[in-house]
Amino acid sequence: MKMPGAKMVVEALKKEGVEAAFGYPGGTIMPFFDFLHREDIRMILARHEQGAVHAADGYARASGKVGVCVATSGPGATNLVTGIATANMDSIPLVLITGQVPVEMIGNDAFQEADIIGISRPITKHSYLVRNVEDIPRIMKEAFHIARTGRPGPVLIDLPKDVSVAMGDFNYPERVNIRGYNPILNGNSQAIKKAMDLIRSAKRPVIYAGGGVITSEASEELAAFARKTGIPVTLTLMGLGAFPGTDSLFLGMLGMHGTVPANQAACECDLLIAIGARFDDRVTGRLSKFATKAKIVHMDIDPGSIGKNVPVDVPIVGDAREILREMLNSAEPLAIDSWREELMAVKRENPLTYRRDCPVLKPQYVVEKIYELTGGDAIITTEVGQNQMWAAHYFRYDRPRTFLSSGGLGTMGYGFPAAIGAQVAFPDRVVFDIAGDGSIQMKIQELATAVLNELPVNIAILNNGYLGMVRQWQELFFDKAYAFSCLLQRPSCPRHCNNPDEECPPYVPDFVKLAEAYGAVGIRVEHPEDVEGAIREAIGSPRTVILEFLVAREENVFPMVSPGAGINEIMLG
Amino acid sequence: MDYTLSVLVENHPGVLARISGLLSGRGFNIRSIAAGETEDSTITRIIMVVAGDDRVIDQVKKQLDRLVDVIRITDLTGIPAVDRELALVKVSSTVSRRTEVFQIVDVFRARIVDIAHKSLTVEVTGETEKVEALIEMLKPFGINEIVRTGKISIARGEALKQKEGEDRTHDD
Repeated sequence: MKMPGAKMVVEALKKEGVEAAFGYPGGTIMPFFDFLHREDIRMILARHEQGAVHAADGYARASGKVGVCVATSGPGATNLVTGIATANMDSIPLVLITGQVPVEMIGNDAFQEADIIGISRPITKHSYLVRNVEDIPRIMKEAFHIARTGRPGPVLIDLPKDVSVAMGDFNYPERVNIRGYNPILNGNSQAIKKAMDLIRSAKRPVIYAGGGVITSEASEELAAFARKTGIPVTLTLMGLGAFPGTDSLFLGMLGMHGTVPANQAACECDLLIAIGARFDDRVTGRLSKFATKAKIVHMDIDPGSIGKNVPVDVPIVGDAREILREMLNSAEPLAIDSWREELMAVKRENPLTYRRDCPVLKPQYVVEKIYELTGGDAIITTEVGQNQMWAAHYFRYDRPRTFLSSGGLGTMGYGFPAAIGAQVAFPDRVVFDIAGDGSIQMKIQELATAVLNELPVNIAILNNGYLGMVRQWQELFFDKAYAFSCLLQRPSCPRHCNNPDEECPPYVPDFVKLAEAYGAVGIRVEHPEDVEGAIREAIGSPRTVILEFLVAREENVFPMVSPGAGINEIMLG
Repeated sequence: MDYTLSVLVENHPGVLARISGLLSGRGFNIRSIAAGETEDSTITRIIMVVAGDDRVIDQVKKQLDRLVDVIRITDLTGIPAVDRELALVKVSSTVSRRTEVFQIVDVFRARIVDIAHKSLTVEVTGETEKVEALIEMLKPFGINEIVRTGKISIARGEALKQKEGEDRTHDD
């Protein structure tokens, strides 16, 4: 059946089972939107393309499905860039469709032309410039396949306007055939046997698992393996939820803001079992101090992640779930009681904590209360900085896909649109964006998106008037010179002010009024005793809610490891 | 040390940009790159010479392999192979010194492919070392311009199959 290219794209979305998409229209992509609005696919109109792509990303992380985002050419496409890079760093499956100027105008600096294929090349898993309308079914099929398989990632399809109105036959292929793309799923059985031999003879083993466990839906297998063998588990930021945060074998997150038991385990172990993690610098700290006494087994679906930062003794390329299933066949309880007891003692003696004995509202307390009042049953998204670390520390994630955070790229402004995406995927679940007053302003315009789409997203702003993590680094490493990190700074301020006084405005903007201006609910909380009531109101409300918590201005995130130090050199406060 | 990789890629527009972008974006050091169609017109072969150590080259191979358009990567380093490079060298040469240039060109089994009043152009084919040796010998005459293709390589006889057999045994 002949149909225009833009309709083929819509038909392909239907074939792929897409229920919701996120986007923003414009000149070159109008034919697509024209066909889309006749269909049942839910399109969420964002207020900025970056909001749309983060929302698609949050939808993908929460649901495990491919996120779809559509934008126009030129500025529409370039506004996607940060969101694409965010998804690429965290291996999130997205299909991005951008309009493009007509084929014969490409390269002519036409109105709203940008070489988005060129711009996005290093931050996409793959991309297509569609030159021929007949190629659309194959390209769409391949794009979804590439996005969701192997190490997932964003795939961009650039659709010139003339191609989207040209007529062609729509025959959606049953299968893909890409000769250069064949991800390995089953781990090499010899390598798995070698790994199991190392595990059996280890005295001080530890499992270090990351986002790959969530991607491959291997949480149950991971838990079964850890419990069967008795090996303690630490998770990366991206891995939170991959293993129950309340499990007695859980040591906490490791790395720059890792817990004492987790970092100690990583440094003292004689066998490090890395599963779907990539030895990121925020995890390892100084490499010469990381797991120096350990043999390393590394399982990853991406061969490029293995041996990139750290030499590995047993590499296993494959899908974490497949590998863990095979390992479970020969797993048995290990005689590592003294090691486990040692770590459990360290865990007991070094709980995550903060000073509770002062009247000022503490940001950690807010996160604890959100955990307590939701019973842990919520999807938490974060922005980036202190809010992200407190959300990681003081909420315990027992299930995968409940902690959505920009781990690799560290994108401020991610959390709120991601919460919108998560809420679209799960309309009945409680969703909280744990935000800072800096980050939330990067994508605050999506309030309109949340309110108009009747999404009861809750935004908990930990408002300290600073870019908190920048300020923390300035306090620790820049002689307390708070250069451009104070969000209340005015021309009349002293140049080296690090001590705001009564002259300063209490907050900018007034988030309560801002919420109301958008038609959301705004609640300001200044005292610890009011926290609980406000959170309860937000959870119970069917509306979008901003909770603004005026928290201690100079609270720091601890534990912390200085950049460049070994992760066992921990500052506790 | 220099490593020689033979990379088979889809013969699509933009593939070379993907490869060169990846190499520069990840900070790899490319000495030369030569691309051309293969016996199958849908496939391009790229021969690249990369500087680094074993770990760097391991990453180059793995990162290249992540590209959807890359079909296969073969490491020709240390395998018996025929290596060739072609260079065109324009040498300043007045009539009086032509004979000297001719003699050098003869020794290198190169060819004169163009003669003008004040210059002549030498075509040389061979291994990189030979090309560089000839250029060195021609320098005293004054070199106006050099055009080089970059190295291309092909494994000798069944050398590649033997190596792949060995690799397989190591992996298993």
